[in-house]
Amino acid sequence: MFCQTNKMKAILLFIAGMILAGLLKAQVLVKGTVKDNKGRILAGANIALKDSYDGTMSDSTGSFSFKTTEKGNALLVASNIGYKTMELPVVLGTDSVVISFILKEEINELKAVIITAGSYEASDKKKGTVLKALDIATTAGANADISATIQTLPGAQKVGEQEGLFIRGGSAEEAKIIIDGTVVNNFFYSSVPGISQRGRFSPFLFSGTVFSSGGYSALYGQALSSVLSLESLDIPEKSELQVGLSPLFATVGLQQVANNKKSSYGFSYNWTNLAVYQKLVPQAPDFFKVPDFHTADMNYRFKTKKNGVFKIYAYYNSGTLGVRNPSLDSIGLWNAFSLKNQNLFTNLSFRQFLGNGWKINIAASVSYNKDEILTQVQNQQYQAVPITNISVIDQTGYSLNANQWMLQGRVVVDKRFGAINTIRFGAEVWNNADSSRFQSMNGLFPSSVNDFYKAGFAEADLYITNELAFRPGVRIEHSSLLNKMNVAPRAALSYKLGKNSQVTADYGIFYQTPERRYLINQPPVNFLRADHYILTYQHISSSYTFRVQAFYKDYVSLLKTSNNFPTTVSNAGLGYAKGIELFWRDKKTFKNFDYWISYSYLDTKRDYNNYTALVQPTFAATHSGSVVLKKFWVKNMFGVNWSYNWSTGRPYFNPNRNSKDFLIDRTIAYSSNNFSLNWLPKIGKANAVVVLGVNNVFNERQIFGYNYSSRLRDTNGDLIRSEINPPADRSFFLGIFLSWGVDRSQQNINNNL
Amino acid sequence: MKKILMAFALFATLGLNAQSKYESAMQNGLSKMKESKTPDEMSAVASFFERVGDAEKNQWLPYYYAARNYTIAAFMNPASDKDKVAEKVNELITKAEAIENNNAEIFCLKQQVAVMQLVVDPMSRWQSYGAIAAEAIAKAKVIDPNNPRPYLLEGQYLMNVPEAFGGGKAVAKKLFEKSVELFENFKPASVLHPSWGKEQAAQLLAACQ
Repeated sequence: MFCQTNKMKAILLFIAGMILAGLLKAQVLVKGTVKDNKGRILAGANIALKDSYDGTMSDSTGSFSFKTTEKGNALLVASNIGYKTMELPVVLGTDSVVISFILKEEINELKAVIITAGSYEASDKKKGTVLKALDIATTAGANADISATIQTLPGAQKVGEQEGLFIRGGSAEEAKIIIDGTVVNNFFYSSVPGISQRGRFSPFLFSGTVFSSGGYSALYGQALSSVLSLESLDIPEKSELQVGLSPLFATVGLQQVANNKKSSYGFSYNWTNLAVYQKLVPQAPDFFKVPDFHTADMNYRFKTKKNGVFKIYAYYNSGTLGVRNPSLDSIGLWNAFSLKNQNLFTNLSFRQFLGNGWKINIAASVSYNKDEILTQVQNQQYQAVPITNISVIDQTGYSLNANQWMLQGRVVVDKRFGAINTIRFGAEVWNNADSSRFQSMNGLFPSSVNDFYKAGFAEADLYITNELAFRPGVRIEHSSLLNKMNVAPRAALSYKLGKNSQVTADYGIFYQTPERRYLINQPPVNFLRADHYILTYQHISSSYTFRVQAFYKDYVSLLKTSNNFPTTVSNAGLGYAKGIELFWRDKKTFKNFDYWISYSYLDTKRDYNNYTALVQPTFAATHSGSVVLKKFWVKNMFGVNWSYNWSTGRPYFNPNRNSKDFLIDRTIAYSSNNFSLNWLPKIGKANAVVVLGVNNVFNERQIFGYNYSSRLRDTNGDLIRSEINPPADRSFFLGIFLSWGVDRSQQNINNNL
Repeated sequence: MKKILMAFALFATLGLNAQSKYESAMQNGLSKMKESKTPDEMSAVASFFERVGDAEKNQWLPYYYAARNYTIAAFMNPASDKDKVAEKVNELITKAEAIENNNAEIFCLKQQVAVMQLVVDPMSRWQSYGAIAAEAIAKAKVIDPNNPRPYLLEGQYLMNVPEAFGGGKAVAKKLFEKSVELFENFKPASVLHPSWGKEQAAQLLAACQ
């Protein structure tokens, strides 16, 4: 009996317990809305009762509702990517609970306005870039030359007879090219009169390219117009052996990556000789010494413990060429130009995270360039002619040996704070030592000039909200050669208008030491100076990019040479450039088809060097544009690229004009259609890339300017002239690149099967 | 005695209830997952698993399923912002790894996220994200050589990679064969542990024939 009652009680209690448990689970409704601090509906936000399973997601109207069996005091949590998670206390009783969440946006890189919207960046890692690394190599007409691809972007002028970056009415000297933080003095192969030279470095060395057509960061200086910054690859993905063959060159390279992927080394050798090519494609000038170049480079890279990277890169090139054109000063004579060049570039860079948001970048570089130039007036048998006593002819012959050493060191420290705010500061020193020996019939003129340059800089990226960011910066420079100092403030302000659109305003003062060759035995001069004002609007999504920029560049001080002899220089030169630029890129509308269009309007005048008036300079065209098309068939690994470059005529100097009509003549407009084809087949075990390129497909006539005689006149009494044309109207490129990669994924498959 | 018995009875009823709560929630989630057809439904299931994970704090499987469902939802919806989803999924993976270190299934998730991001812009991303994906699969295979899913996922990825880049049906076929073979003997650690992929492997193998 006793037992039974107990049992009964136990059963009753069990039932009571069940009921109690059930009662505890009586449901209460929780509902509400989720919005952001601008009142926009947030769909897909996670709503959860803390420490329980209960919750839901907000729907497309930003509303949510769910039932819970929890009781008493609880925390309701709302979270959404890109927003700060919010917790609100709720009391769960018997009545339904209504809660409205207002989530604050987190300042984060994916959403924030882009401070550097004024520049063009090619990178695969960062968001909001206009170009990808591969674009540089696959633009028709560029033949994998970095600067030639840059010339298809707004603001960069194509100048057919001279290498260099001519940006927004600036001369080639006004642009600096930087590799891993250090300046490259001789980025292009040495100048040959009338023939534009390629850049020395392959685009495949770099993972990031930033081209700023003005208003660039305080981290860089000594460029009145523009900075092109190239960042080399870190540790490559895999080891490989590469071989390249073409009628123009042969190349072999090896890159070895350690098994733990923490270090790698590599070297390559390239021999370029245009003998075969020039037989196949006749050249207008007489190349009596066929261009012949040997290039060797090596790299070593390793990763340090805390995700730091240490890199060494060394490049050496030696080359010779000789080219001969008919003399304009005497019928039957030739002007011969020959060049021997040696170039060395080395760069050491190291970046390391120091913890707590600190990062340090150290870079050092030694570079050397030697040009041996000989010009000669030759007779029909290509023998040097003796003294003719016609001074313009006798003075044409000279020899020049020029040596340039440059040493650089640079430290930049980064500190991140808040969400994505950054301050950067640092210092750099350069030592430039130039020496040359110029010999002509007037005698031997040795000279040397040395400049010790030092600079300190600081800059901050301040994100006030995701929509508004401000970048103030300042740079202080000193040059021992000028014995002068300058302070250059810079600023950028960016405001986001919508999900993909924004405006940026850039301002800055930019100083540059005048070219050292003008400063030998001269009275003291000051830095050259240009002030930039730029306004950018851009709309960028993964499929489309639209950018329009308006700029005004005030050349406050340029170098001016006097017209009397001996020549003296001063800072009296001045000028301006203003214009509007458009860029449109569309990757979406047509499948596997990508194109971009750029247009630049440029109004610029300057009075500098030996100019006799404020005029449009020879390297500036008023209107220019490019259309670049790319189509790739993934299935066949086959790509076709087309580009069209066009610009209005540029001014040229005509000595037949009187001095008040200085540079009023214009060349014919420039127009070129270029085609290239890439095919990536598998040949045996090698991954191959076959490239065929044709520049100026339609043989359009291109005149870059004119050379005038100093003494021979035609029947009208005008000095005679010859056109400056490309060496061949239509040019070709054919190359096969093979790489044997030790493919680790393949290894893994084989090991595991 | 009476009191003890009563207390025990009360405790047992409540306790039994509590003990099964996690498992029944997971079972419930898994069956909802099977029923889900649209990206929204998949996301809802994912958010459910995420809540379970956040509440439990020491279970990695809820985070695993949350990450998996968010990823599948993103794959199903062409308009989804895959980089944004990847950010979310990687957060969940980090949470899962904090509880369960060195698990082949989690490395499989990593591969799926990398492939999802690769698809956004294959031309320029295949080198970087392709490498991350390959590395994740290699790790998964080392940790659990008898797991059929790394082979299935790798095959699925390589099937869509052009032959010139080391992909193609022939390469994928070998991997599917291996996966099917491993599925024969594969037993999940519990009913809640990942067990998906057997039919998929067989179907894909057939597609490669």
